[in-house]
Amino acid sequence: MSATAASAVPRAESPGRRALRRFLRHRLAVAGLVVVLAFVLAAALAPWIAPFDPVATSWSRIRKPPSELHLFGTDENGRDVLSRVLWGARASLLAGGLSVTAALTLGVPFGLLAGLAGGWVDTFISRVTDAMLSVPFLILAIALAAFLGPALENAMLAIAISASPIFVRLARGMAMEAKSTEWVEAARALGNPPWRIALAHVLPNIVPPLLVQATLAIAEAIIAEASLSFLGLGQQPPNPSWGSMLNAAQRFLTQAPWMAIYPGLAIFLVVLAINLLGDGLRDALDPRARGR
Amino acid sequence: MTARLLAPLAVAAALLAGAAHAQDRPNLRIGLREDPDIMDPTLARSFVGRIVFASLCDKLFDINDKLEIVPQLATGYRWEDPKTLLITLRDGVTFHDGERMDAEAVRYSLLRHLTMQGSFRRGEITDLETVEVVDPTTVRLRLKQPSSPFLSQLTDRSGMIVSPKAAEAAGRDFGARPVCAGPFRFVERIAQDRIVLERFPAYWNAASIHFNRVTFQPITDSTARLANLQSGTLELIEVTSPSDVPAIRRDRRLALSTVEGLGYWNLIFNIGNGPRAATPMGQDRRLREAFDLAIDREALIGVVYEGLHTPTAQPIPPASPMHVRELRPAARDVERAKALLREAGVRTPVTVDLMVPNSPETRQAAEVMQSMVGEAGFDLRIVATEFASSLAAGVRGDFQAYLIAWSGRPDPDGNVWTFLHSRGAQNDGKYANPEVDALLDQTRTESEPDKRRALYAEAFRIALTTDRARLYLWHPKVIMAYAARLQGLALLPDGLIRLQGVRLR
Amino acid sequence: MWGWLLRRLGQIIPTLLILSVLIFALQQLMPGDPAIIMAGEERGDPQVLAEIRAELLLDRPIWEQYGAWLWRLLHGDLGFSWRIRQPVGALILEKLPVTLQLGLMAFVISVAIGVPAGIVSATYRDRPADWVANGVALAGISTPNFWLGIMMILFFSVQLGWLPPSGYVPLTEDWRQSLATTIMPAFVLGGGIAGVFMRHTRAAMIGALGQDYVRTARAKGLPERVVVNRHALRNALIPVVTLGTIELGRLLAGAVLTEQIFSIPGFGKLIVDAVFNRDYPVVQGVVVVTAVIFVSLSLLGDLLYMAINPRLRAA
Repeated sequence: MSATAASAVPRAESPGRRALRRFLRHRLAVAGLVVVLAFVLAAALAPWIAPFDPVATSWSRIRKPPSELHLFGTDENGRDVLSRVLWGARASLLAGGLSVTAALTLGVPFGLLAGLAGGWVDTFISRVTDAMLSVPFLILAIALAAFLGPALENAMLAIAISASPIFVRLARGMAMEAKSTEWVEAARALGNPPWRIALAHVLPNIVPPLLVQATLAIAEAIIAEASLSFLGLGQQPPNPSWGSMLNAAQRFLTQAPWMAIYPGLAIFLVVLAINLLGDGLRDALDPRARGR
Repeated sequence: MTARLLAPLAVAAALLAGAAHAQDRPNLRIGLREDPDIMDPTLARSFVGRIVFASLCDKLFDINDKLEIVPQLATGYRWEDPKTLLITLRDGVTFHDGERMDAEAVRYSLLRHLTMQGSFRRGEITDLETVEVVDPTTVRLRLKQPSSPFLSQLTDRSGMIVSPKAAEAAGRDFGARPVCAGPFRFVERIAQDRIVLERFPAYWNAASIHFNRVTFQPITDSTARLANLQSGTLELIEVTSPSDVPAIRRDRRLALSTVEGLGYWNLIFNIGNGPRAATPMGQDRRLREAFDLAIDREALIGVVYEGLHTPTAQPIPPASPMHVRELRPAARDVERAKALLREAGVRTPVTVDLMVPNSPETRQAAEVMQSMVGEAGFDLRIVATEFASSLAAGVRGDFQAYLIAWSGRPDPDGNVWTFLHSRGAQNDGKYANPEVDALLDQTRTESEPDKRRALYAEAFRIALTTDRARLYLWHPKVIMAYAARLQGLALLPDGLIRLQGVRLR
Repeated sequence: MWGWLLRRLGQIIPTLLILSVLIFALQQLMPGDPAIIMAGEERGDPQVLAEIRAELLLDRPIWEQYGAWLWRLLHGDLGFSWRIRQPVGALILEKLPVTLQLGLMAFVISVAIGVPAGIVSATYRDRPADWVANGVALAGISTPNFWLGIMMILFFSVQLGWLPPSGYVPLTEDWRQSLATTIMPAFVLGGGIAGVFMRHTRAAMIGALGQDYVRTARAKGLPERVVVNRHALRNALIPVVTLGTIELGRLLAGAVLTEQIFSIPGFGKLIVDAVFNRDYPVVQGVVVVTAVIFVSLSLLGDLLYMAINPRLRAA
């Protein structure tokens, strides 16, 4: 955030340093950061830390429960679940992170524009958003799969497109709200150009809900990637992603519960950590949250 | 659950049906793998639809466990000459609307199958030229040419006789309220929820029917379908996931029935369908043989299908008298496979794209193959594709290899001709060999079983052992699970559910 | 106000037009000849396929198909399902009550869990209550629906025998059975979304509690409950309302996986089967109805914004 009128805090400390100090004071957020970093590291180092080749099958060890050799057990093709969770972090973190980032960059500017400009611009953007929300995800995914070919990146694109309307709506709602506050009216009266108002006054207000939604959307994206891999988008077999591991586990929920539990736990931990991290970030960046 | 069956409408219908005996007979609820398509025998396509038809519409003939043709609405048949078939009909059979099932109705139904716009039966009985009513219980069918598969078509939807009056009145909407001559009549259908049939008191074989009402419920998720059986809300289910079988075997309240099916899974190689056929795999039979040698069917079936299915190297199932016994799958031989690849002079690993429709089991089977052929020097790349997209890509030739199933027909012709003949509509790989074409054409006119089997054996020797047009993998078993109280269920290889003689204790 | 409302309602028409063009375009992109897919294993006869294409206008250019569809739509006719030959309008009317019931139940469950949990976790921030609420909410989001669904079926239906494992009984037929058949799927759906409401309510409440006017209210010595309920909550609601309208819309558009697992014949199953079978009239019909739902809900959202913040009325 730039040091503009509203965030004028009577301190000598630079905003970046202040944010960092606030963030570090937030113990849970730091824990979240550590977990997220651990997963990113695990994804990056998977080739070296995974005990087994994630795609190496073993017909004599099909659906074996966790043991000393296979800490998380083995899957329907006798592959090591732990190694697949580690390798799967790559596809799943990418699918989650990139598609949500894309949805944000696609959705937020349009939402801000709609909320701030109002009038026919708002009408147009809002109705297109309604139309997008009404298109079934499945159709979009199948059409994209056929058009762009099967690949993880195209799955991310499909997820991003279908996740973006929610960001448009959120940004629009918050922008409308912010526009009506005294600050913005005052800033406008003072002759500030609209883009500066948007940046300096509206954006800080909409960051918290967007951050919350983005961290939640990551969970949805990780799970959505799995259903896409069955439509020909997404991670291609035999390479693992957490979502596709869950999908494969669906047939064996009673016979081999570990096949579902570990990738499920990985998703939960990452989502939890990202949300905690998000909380910390919001506190650190929120110009109004003082005294904590 | 029972409350749903007591819907006011249902009560009214039951009263009309003469509810005097209704209390004696229980209801039966059957879980299907998916929602059937239109319930008009002329326009229907789906396999699950055939399961419902088995209770709704009787056919001229049926099959028995040896796949022999036995009478149903007919009482017998006689070939007057190779192109003339005389069929005698059961007397005193009525349709669900009370109309009489006679030679005129048979003529009407066969011509409807043959001429109705968009009829999916036309291809099955295309050899039929005319139908003559000899007397009310006799029809004479004249064929354009001798046809050995013809009679067997009358054991399936092409042999279903519909009420001419109801069919005329409903036109193309007949499927919304089908009127046939089967053991149960149509009550209602709620799409994707249930199809309800009730006992037809005037059924010609009514004494063999011990249920008042049959409800077919589509439940797509196999675990959920089994849960319904376990909790007693269904009495009989199709089992589509062999991994459920051990749990069913352990449960004393449940029973399991399996039978050798008519269908198969196979791998189609793109040999001549468009530019994607121009690969080493599509052009060199040695590579396809190496691929075959690299696969251990037994092991694959053990891993993916609990060892239930039957390995094969041909399209005709062991249940059929036409099965070519000498043609067996080769044992896995990775060294020989590698040698063949060297002989072919290709650089390993040989990359092969394998298109796989998107069911979890199919995908697992592909993954197992991927790992097996990998050892022989193939880099098998699995292209998981949504089913409808894969059908389209198959027709277009947009594939190198395609893993797909065929549900199977009682007569071998339905499992072979259209897939291996150069003019076959389902020959997606566009394999073409005039010798094979000639042999397959002969199988259609040869009526002597031993000679016909010899023709198939020769055709397979060329098309499969030599040319390696397709790679046949396994025949799936038909698997049904049901409450142990259900007795008398006899499964036939076609996988249909025949309720004659079945009781609930 | 009324003029504004009418104008907004009028916007449904251009929205539907945009959408229908979009759907027909996507249909063109989707691989698979509907005639071949309809035929399935029976695709052996090219002449039959040609007849089907002719009957369904599939042999005409796409704009002609679109025109014919639009013309019928203007006459209130949504066509018939290619796969089972039933009128699409009747199919939709048959599934709409199912989806409405399930969607509303799930929505109520998610709001009833999510919003109070969010308020509690914001007011007791960084204390055990907050951690528990966060953990539960995020577990709900990251648990795949099929997993929770199957587990509930295995426990409540197979083990305990309390609830029917699948199927649907209409409310009008037997309300108890109806609730018994929908409570598990509604819980699975609602539980997944509760986290969304919880997280947003929490964040908004924390933001609002830090605002000047809340601190002013506290300084005035107002009881904490009044401060929380009257001052903070009201202003925290904007993102929650936005989310609420979108999530409700999504629920009413059909919950694919959950309906699949519990065999609930709602919009989700209808559209999935239609897409997989390329039964385009059904797809088009469902999408049109869904769009009407979304436009109405976004209108409702804007009305709620105004109710919460009267100053927005000026805009």
